[in-house]
Amino acid sequence: MTEIKEVKLPGLGVRYEFMTQEGKRIGVVSHRSGRKELYFANPNDPDAFNRMLGLSDEEARTLAEILGGSRIAEELAELQQQIEGLAIDWLPLRDDSPYVGRTIGDARIRSRTGVSVVAVLRGENATPAPGPEFGLEPGDYLVVVGTPRGIEEVVELLHRG
Amino acid sequence: MESAAVLLELGGVIVGLAVLARVAGRLGIPTIPLYLTAGLAFGKGGVLPLVITEDFVEVGAEIGLILLLFMLGLEYTARELITTLRVQAPSAAADLVLNFLPGAVAGILLGWSTVASIVLGGVTYVSSSGIIAKLLQDFGRIGNRETPIILSILVIEDLAMAIYLPILAALLIGGSTLAGVGTAGAAVAGVILLLLFAFRVEVGLSRMIFSKSDEALLLTILGITILMAGVAELFQVSAAVAALLVGIMLSGPAAEGARALLAPLRDLFAAIFFAFVGFSLDPSEIPPVLGIAVVLGVITAGTKFATGWWSAGRSGIGAKGKARAGATLIARGEFSIAVAGLAVASDVEPDLGPLAVSYVFLLAVIGPIAARLAEPIADRFIGPPEARTRETTDGVA
Repeated sequence: MTEIKEVKLPGLGVRYEFMTQEGKRIGVVSHRSGRKELYFANPNDPDAFNRMLGLSDEEARTLAEILGGSRIAEELAELQQQIEGLAIDWLPLRDDSPYVGRTIGDARIRSRTGVSVVAVLRGENATPAPGPEFGLEPGDYLVVVGTPRGIEEVVELLHRG
Repeated sequence: MESAAVLLELGGVIVGLAVLARVAGRLGIPTIPLYLTAGLAFGKGGVLPLVITEDFVEVGAEIGLILLLFMLGLEYTARELITTLRVQAPSAAADLVLNFLPGAVAGILLGWSTVASIVLGGVTYVSSSGIIAKLLQDFGRIGNRETPIILSILVIEDLAMAIYLPILAALLIGGSTLAGVGTAGAAVAGVILLLLFAFRVEVGLSRMIFSKSDEALLLTILGITILMAGVAELFQVSAAVAALLVGIMLSGPAAEGARALLAPLRDLFAAIFFAFVGFSLDPSEIPPVLGIAVVLGVITAGTKFATGWWSAGRSGIGAKGKARAGATLIARGEFSIAVAGLAVASDVEPDLGPLAVSYVFLLAVIGPIAARLAEPIADRFIGPPEARTRETTDGVA
């Protein structure tokens, strides 16, 4: 997955930066008003970024939808900022996990670690709020919410049982 | 007949300032130095002394100062202030040492009182967030990597002002006597308590104040701010500090709304404030301190440059970015004048006002020029990077 660098722009908003596979560096400034600006790195100066595009909040959402992304990650990140000590993570279910072919209820994740499974991602599909009867398959990603400590316990649990 | 004279004079002053704002826009320089000069021309001993509207201008200037600091506080939330301080503490310390000391030492060398020297330290310390925000916008540098560092330094200076101004206000009243120092300590403790309080309640408070009606929101915020400033003045804490704190305490939609609604009012009254500062000086006081202002300006332009250069270097920014960060921070402006304005009002040192005005004049003009020239000069000294490839256009117009 692409690594995104995030820095606060005090008084303005947040600045994100990432590198594409072609080696282009893209900057995004997200203003507090919701306006977004897209920047490309100047090839002659790694610290200078040229403004390419400005988008309103709504236009940015539209573009994100066209590009096939979802705003889930960003919204989760916002949630995480608001609640101190809350951690959100994507945990893969490995082929050798004892819970492959069993249900979420069998793993008793919430009662053992206090962590909630809020969604399961399988290929292109996402199942929000899966019930205890939801069957797990190898390669599933469990989206979990809880304390950082609890999530570490879940990693252990999924791996060892 | 008298009301006609008042209107004519006031209208004349505002039209004059409007012309200057246009000239500044055409020349690409900040408006502050021009307003200061206009004030000098209208003041006592100037070419066009005003008589009738002096009272009005004085109240207007007071409101200008309150709005300037209120809007500064509004830029940032208490949370932002505290997290930024945590990350950028070394840069903040360097900024304070490198830029406060030259002013304070200059004051001592000039044989000024301790209080007057502390004022001059404040004048040389604080960069102009107004000028710098505009520079970043105009030069299209918002997306640059050094920009978060520049903004962080400005935020911390803002926080430092919240602590420095009450100390100063107390010292100006009590002198550097034990009583003065005691009041200053109490004032600082009060401000810290208020900031911690703001950190807890800012959301609730802002929700209470918010209104969907622009009119109601404007009047509520303006009223509360001026009222708090008045209460502070009553207890001999500076009105400007109270305004700054009210600004910091507001956040969310109330702050967004206030920013949009109060910006034009701030521009009007701040222009009157700058003119008033020039207005209260005698132009003949300027030439004797001009030499000192130039020397101090050159030194503190250098120390600000060093601050930005070093702080950007800490975050792994390259030479050109470091040069941009350093040069952009040079501009001093509204807050240096605000600091000096407090001191001029209480008459601690006759040379302080003229020196501060000439100093800000110089650095408000030189700062933007330096910020613009940083890139070509850095290019000449550092040379373009070898990595310049043929696909330099990158779709860039």
